[in-house]
Amino acid sequence: MSAGSRDGLAVTLDAIGTVAIVLGVLLTLVASIGLLSLPDVLSRMHAATKPQVLGLLLVVIGGALHLRTSVDVWMLVLVGAFQLVTAPVTAHVVGRLAHRGDGVRRDLLYVDELVDTPDTADPGPDRPEPDEPDTEDPDAPGDAEDTDVPAPRGGGRPEGA
Amino acid sequence: MTGLPALLDAVLVVCLVLLGISALLVVVRLLRGPTGLDRLVALDVLVAEFLCGLVVYAALTGDSALVPVVVAISLVGFLGSTTVARFVRRGTDR
Repeated sequence: MSAGSRDGLAVTLDAIGTVAIVLGVLLTLVASIGLLSLPDVLSRMHAATKPQVLGLLLVVIGGALHLRTSVDVWMLVLVGAFQLVTAPVTAHVVGRLAHRGDGVRRDLLYVDELVDTPDTADPGPDRPEPDEPDTEDPDAPGDAEDTDVPAPRGGGRPEGA
Repeated sequence: MTGLPALLDAVLVVCLVLLGISALLVVVRLLRGPTGLDRLVALDVLVAEFLCGLVVYAALTGDSALVPVVVAISLVGFLGSTTVARFVRRGTDR
């Protein structure tokens, strides 16, 4: 009786894990179709987050329900935590580069909240921002920013960007 | 009761096949993608699908030897994509 109930519990946990894996795999398939058919980089990033975060979390939960060993479950928890921490970092970097470059279809945007920032004068990740105050000048805080925007580009090394 | 585990294993095999199909679609985007950022996003998705495939395979066989591999690949995939994103500049488009 005890062995039978334990067997039934194992089959039930396998079934729940299989359902979670199926849901994650279906999300991954939908995201791949979206990645192939959406028009620009930001839309493709929207599709790409499905297998990166939610799909992988569902699959990891399903795998943990299948394996059921303590070491394996904690390692799979670690994988899920790594994905949750590292996916926004990559998405932030890629989204910022896409908005700077031509990865955004501007005609598809309703609101562009980054349009007021001087993106054309952005010096890139290796150089300091043009509006960072390198000298303390409390007299003219507003006017100096507009005139000083192209200044750091002239002094830098010639680059194809 | 004896038919259910076999059915679950068959469902997991079908999941592996679906993951292979979606990986093929992502590879098409990886080869076609007009800018380097498209390729970068596609490569991230490919790494995530590879992780999913490893976890499904471990769940199918009950072999837990692949679980440290999953941890290592999740770390290395993050480092690679972020490092490549640092070298994609505006105007170069690749």
